[in-house]
Amino acid sequence: MRHLMSPLDFTTDELDRLFDLANDIENNKSKYAHACDGLKLATCFYEPSTRTRLSFESAMLSLGGSVLGFSDAASSSAAKGESVSDTIRMISCYADICAMRHPKEGAPMVASTHSRIPVINAGDGGHQHPTQTLTDLLTIRSLKGRLSNFTIGLCGDLKFGRTVHSLINALSRYDNITFIFVSPEELKIPEYITDMLKEKDIPYEETISLEEVMPKLDLLYMTRVQRERFFNEEDYVRLKDFYILNKEKMALAKEDMLVLHPLPRVNEISVEVDDDERAVYFKQVQYGVYVRMALILTLLGIDTSKL
Amino acid sequence: MLNVGKIHEGFVLDHIKAGKSLSLYHHLQLDKKDCTVAMIMNAKSEKMGKKDILKVECDIEEMDMDVLAVIDHNITVNVIKDGEIVAKKELTLPKEIKNIYKCKNPRCISSIEQELPHIFVLDEKKEVYRCKYCEEKTRQEL
Repeated sequence: MRHLMSPLDFTTDELDRLFDLANDIENNKSKYAHACDGLKLATCFYEPSTRTRLSFESAMLSLGGSVLGFSDAASSSAAKGESVSDTIRMISCYADICAMRHPKEGAPMVASTHSRIPVINAGDGGHQHPTQTLTDLLTIRSLKGRLSNFTIGLCGDLKFGRTVHSLINALSRYDNITFIFVSPEELKIPEYITDMLKEKDIPYEETISLEEVMPKLDLLYMTRVQRERFFNEEDYVRLKDFYILNKEKMALAKEDMLVLHPLPRVNEISVEVDDDERAVYFKQVQYGVYVRMALILTLLGIDTSKL
Repeated sequence: MLNVGKIHEGFVLDHIKAGKSLSLYHHLQLDKKDCTVAMIMNAKSEKMGKKDILKVECDIEEMDMDVLAVIDHNITVNVIKDGEIVAKKELTLPKEIKNIYKCKNPRCISSIEQELPHIFVLDEKKEVYRCKYCEEKTRQEL
């Protein structure tokens, strides 16, 4: 039985198959509408995350399956002191697959070692959020037609942003990618990431000016400066408006550049950019559902050739 | 000069960093085993200035020496049989260690999950141990 804990759990070949399946789902929705008839997804969310939970639920419902679960620790048995390993043993009796979000890092992994059903890590603290990375990769592959040969700018909070770290790790397995890291000094990309890039001989540059690098980019991945990552309010207020993507900055970009964002955004992308064809962050949300559908089918071992 | 007699079968752990032998004694769980142990602390050493030595009289098959590499891979392990040194054991870092380090990351599941073993996995490239659950590297000294 297979689980998904980290985006690197799948080889690039396996990812290709997963993304092919996701694209087939995108183009033939009715074919998959009963693929999971009679099967149940448990969404065990020990901390609130409406977006990810709804995406999983939408994915399972679109496959004809049903969903059950809880959406914060207070309404689960964790509030009574039940361990993750006991909870998953119980969930294994109720459902066929489980998506788990937990504030403690490694909780889904502990669950997977005691589970009789596949467990998907739906985010564990600041550690991993693999389905977001799969979403990002599928969006890029679907809209650019490739996962190699491009220059990607990552902008905003590069220090604490786990989606950014995961995406860099995942993209570093593909050919001819150049990374441009755009952040204020305080939110610079951690050294262990740049060390990894140096080791693999992958080109990167660091800058604080978004305008300057805009013309070079094939992709721009924007991130939110998260209030909860700061110890003092002053630093947060000072840095949150450091980069705001607006029409003027978009005018500097290539005609086929794409803007991605893991969402939710606060104000780092001006709403005036939403109508720009290059702004694909809402399409990205849709791809998030397709990739989760493909993932559920894959982990449940459903033979899609017979659908 | 202090004299400690020969052992018949067991190990002589030499070149232990001065002051570390007591910690080794606990990590090798010698307190739970029925064997004779001589601990020599602050012995003079040409190489190290001062060093500790542990002599353990025991069945050579029953000791798990992997933990030694985690603590200090410069330790020399002499294997003794019939009163003679029969081998010098090379220490290699074990791929996984259990309940030797404790994960100090407050965000790690191991900080709350009952009876979860603290498992660390060797990051071979960097020669550091990372928590199996949260991947935080350990900076602890044993």
